Amino acid sequence: MALAEPKLDATEARLAGLTLPEGGCLAPARTEALARLRAMGLPQRRDEYWKFTRPDTLIQPGAIPAPVFANDEGPVFDAIDRLRIVFVDGVFDPAASDDLRLEGVEIDRIADICGRDIHWARDIYGVLEARGQTPVPRPLAALNTAYAGDGLAIRVTGKPARPISLIYIHKSETSDALLHHVIRVEPGAEATILENGPAAARFNKVTEIDIADGGTLHHVRAQGRDHQRRAATHMFTRLGTESVYKSFTLTVNGVMTRNEQVVELTGDDAVAHVAGACVGDGDFHHDDTVFITHGALNCESRQVFKKVLRNGAVGVFQGKILVKPGAQKTDGYQISQALLLDGDSQFLAKPELEIYADDVACSHGSTSGAIDEDGLFYLRSRGVPEQEATDLLTLAFLAEALDEIEDKTLSEDLLARLTGWLSRRR
Amino acid sequence: MLEIKNLHVKLEEENKQILKGVDLTVEPGKVHAIMGPNGSGKSTLSYVLAGRGGYEVTEGSVTLDGVDLLDMEPEARAAAGLFLAFQYPVEIPGVGNMTFLRTAVNAQRKARGEEEISAADFLKLVRERAKALKIDADMLKRPVNVGFSGGEKKRNEILQMAMLEPKMCILDETDSGLDVDAMKLVADGVNALRSEGRGFLVITHYQRLLDHIKPDVVHIMAAGRIIKTGGPELALEVETNGYADILNEVA
Repeated sequence: MALAEPKLDATEARLAGLTLPEGGCLAPARTEALARLRAMGLPQRRDEYWKFTRPDTLIQPGAIPAPVFANDEGPVFDAIDRLRIVFVDGVFDPAASDDLRLEGVEIDRIADICGRDIHWARDIYGVLEARGQTPVPRPLAALNTAYAGDGLAIRVTGKPARPISLIYIHKSETSDALLHHVIRVEPGAEATILENGPAAARFNKVTEIDIADGGTLHHVRAQGRDHQRRAATHMFTRLGTESVYKSFTLTVNGVMTRNEQVVELTGDDAVAHVAGACVGDGDFHHDDTVFITHGALNCESRQVFKKVLRNGAVGVFQGKILVKPGAQKTDGYQISQALLLDGDSQFLAKPELEIYADDVACSHGSTSGAIDEDGLFYLRSRGVPEQEATDLLTLAFLAEALDEIEDKTLSEDLLARLTGWLSRRR
Repeated sequence: MLEIKNLHVKLEEENKQILKGVDLTVEPGKVHAIMGPNGSGKSTLSYVLAGRGGYEVTEGSVTLDGVDLLDMEPEARAAAGLFLAFQYPVEIPGVGNMTFLRTAVNAQRKARGEEEISAADFLKLVRERAKALKIDADMLKRPVNVGFSGGEKKRNEILQMAMLEPKMCILDETDSGLDVDAMKLVADGVNALRSEGRGFLVITHYQRLLDHIKPDVVHIMAAGRIIKTGGPELALEVETNGYADILNEVA
């Protein structure tokens, strides 16, 4: 079916300013992604999957300029011993990065792979993204596969001693970054990936993750505090037998954020946990869109999302669990909760379950509400001032999501930051 | 110390008068008890004194050591030395009991212009006072009141009181939901805090708590007023004859 004219026009307008990176083993994936994109078109406001989030600023030809945030504190994860890999406005910065050699992992630049005829990443690049395009199209991810010129191919072969930390620095007010990572966790291997920083004025990032049998990947992300930045991110994860994927995202500030997680459990006894916490103040729109497909026996999935919203901030959660025929003994859990600190803020949630197997346990819940008045009075009656009491209760609300992070050093690091950020306001 | 004069209180949301002229003075070092049937306004009185929202004072005054309490926020009343042990202590998921206690102690110190207590000193103090109330390390670590039994919640209230060292303690039906042993433990905790400079207002339905916390003065409250005041013997009278006789006598 041909695209409606406004959609076609918007798509071509966006593509006009982009150049397809040429040659190498990823070229076919790019051409195919471009064809996929042209067939579905970029998202428009009337698309069902975008009914809570306006895609306009994410698809327009150039980025809306965003002033660089003057950070007055050390970056997140600074105290953690990690392998630091730095990107500035979406471009790898070797001078600012550590030596990429680390035992148990092989790291290459996508930009380098482009020049090679053969590379393992070819079997994943664009492949998982393409699988994730049904039943719901994700055009911004196809755009990314086609045009992203930089990113990393990370192959985890053992158990690296340090987390691999991707640091996204925003320097140019008009930067419009496309970044694409491919991660392969080999059988029985285990690693932790950290991400932090705003990356650019506008950031489109795709991460494709293939976890082989018995592999484990931990992912902890803190999206930067630059308020004017915009981001659309996708993580496509495929899990093999007895593999584990645990992902947590903290978002504080950012005028527009859409984080999509597309998880496919393809091997028996696999575990996928996807969690997030956000604090939105004022002109802030934050969208978590999650799609988990159970395609094997006895798998567990868990979604935990908490949003604190004030001064007119908007939070969105679209979360789906799809249990395919035969995926018996599925254990699926999903909770999304918003704490609205005033009457101007809003939480929009669309929890979905679609189940085609008869021996499964799936549950979902979604709540939004104000701060607990009884708790607030109790704290105040003990002498804790109202503001401090509100912050304490807010942190307690978020802490339940942060608890999803397995490594307590990381969760405590983030919780300590949150304490400071909350008390300071934006 | 605590002086309540002609206190009239109605609900903010509806036109319902709860307190209709309460007069009461608690002197330093004294324990006053308020007894009364359900719906007489006892708990409302405790909430109004602590500054809970939802009530409107239409007439009268409340002062603590001469300072007007009614104009103050709940946290300021606490810093001024008022403490309410809740009938139903609130569960606060996600906030550790220890963090809560330390935050409260330091917030009050800060409000009074005093130095914050050091982590080491605080820990020592909590351990010592928790031990007396048979509160173990696990209860201190758990989120405030979450999963606590009725008795544990009430002991936790007394621990907060012991840590905050208020001038004026109000106990709202602290005996409710307690078995005999738990009541004894709570009463011992309260008695340990009795001192010359500290006043107590003990609100209860039953006389039995007053066997353990011996009051100096007993008030009977009914229909939003204090209708009779006497010595400890008044509590015994209630225990034997119920409230009916006193209510009839006054009517």
